[in-house]
Amino acid sequence: MTPTPFIPSYLPETPSQTAGPYVHIGLMPEQAGFEIFANNFSGDIATPDVAGQRIIIEGRIFDGAGHVAKDVLIETWQANAAGRYNHPADTQNKALDHGFRGWARTGTDFTTGLYTIRTIKPGSVVGRKGRKAMAPHVNFWLASRGINIGLATRMYFGDEEAANTDDPVLNIIEQPERRKTLIAPRSERDGVVVYTFDIHLQGQRETVFFDV
Amino acid sequence: MTSQAEFHQRDRDIHPPAHTPVYKTSVLRSPRIPLWSLQNSLSEVTGPIFSPAELGPLDNDLVLNYAKQGEAIGEQTIVHGYVLDGNGQPVSNTLVEVWQANAGGRYRHRNDTYIAPIDPNFGGCGRMLTDERGYYFFRTIKPGAYPFRNRINSWRPAHIHFSVFGTGFAQRLITQMYFEGDPLIPHDSIIATVPDKSAADRLTARLDLNASRPLECLAYRFDIVLRGRRQTLFENKLQGS
Repeated sequence: MTPTPFIPSYLPETPSQTAGPYVHIGLMPEQAGFEIFANNFSGDIATPDVAGQRIIIEGRIFDGAGHVAKDVLIETWQANAAGRYNHPADTQNKALDHGFRGWARTGTDFTTGLYTIRTIKPGSVVGRKGRKAMAPHVNFWLASRGINIGLATRMYFGDEEAANTDDPVLNIIEQPERRKTLIAPRSERDGVVVYTFDIHLQGQRETVFFDV
Repeated sequence: MTSQAEFHQRDRDIHPPAHTPVYKTSVLRSPRIPLWSLQNSLSEVTGPIFSPAELGPLDNDLVLNYAKQGEAIGEQTIVHGYVLDGNGQPVSNTLVEVWQANAGGRYRHRNDTYIAPIDPNFGGCGRMLTDERGYYFFRTIKPGAYPFRNRINSWRPAHIHFSVFGTGFAQRLITQMYFEGDPLIPHDSIIATVPDKSAADRLTARLDLNASRPLECLAYRFDIVLRGRRQTLFENKLQGS
């Protein structure tokens, strides 16, 4: 008699819970007000050995009352200047920059609400199933008090109009007006290129968030 | 494992929705327009990788990693378990970060003004990488319950916050672990945001006497499940190279 084959069932994902107001303790202890780890993760990932154009990404997070949220964790994930992710699953034939992990973490300032990421501008990455290039973008993930499950969005660059127009992800967003919530305008300040990416959690100018 | 395979769709019925009036802060911090569903590209199936060299030798020992004149005060506790994906496979070499209040329910944070005192020898955070079996462990002080401004008399059950990465950024997860038998669990507004009634149970660590150290330290077992990747059948690879 043939034994019944073992068919594994899928395990349900562990449910998300809010990061709470003190997320800094675990993920950014210096912002919480103390030093504990010899090595801290940061939002400044454009170290001197990294190739590419230096940029600053900054902005504020607004709640549904238009009030600035000052306790938000922001993480970003991006490709290097050549458009390749520092991850073994990315097998594009492009240069890998070993000194650039591509991941940044920061928090909004307790007083001003401003967040700042110092990084490099990513190159274009091949799209889903290798079909079509995606416009240069930075993947964002937000967590905080009042946010029950991390919010995923993308930031695109205001000076990449042609690429943005062809981007396969922006184009799945039905309303062209809403695509604009993901495009950060470029400016220069003291000779440094700054992209301003404000995020609206709710309301008239609500940012597009993705179920990835 | 460096699979390019896409992740299973996240089962949103397991997770709390964004807008949960029982937890008041969520009301103004929840998007009202539905999320746009985005099929995975390289941007979602890849994610940051961490190395053991980035961590310190005491990073997973909260009893000692902020000890100044002595050890932290409270119930010494080991928390351990496995990080698995939805297919039951171990998630190895992934970063697990934890943070929590001290034995009295007070957080070491400039914005926490609760009357319970700071413990000068307790920081309240730790981190570790899972091993090849997906296993992690850390030692800590069991945290106390603490009040928060939701309803007038809202108290959080004892809990430890967890942050986990996985192998792709789409697996990124922050959650909270509770302790078996805590009578505050059924009264908690944050647990109540989860619609799946078995969820509170899956967020509750079990007392694990077999892992305790006699005359030293109790132990709790907490396993974490991240999203699994699809077994891609009859389909082009995610990225055609």
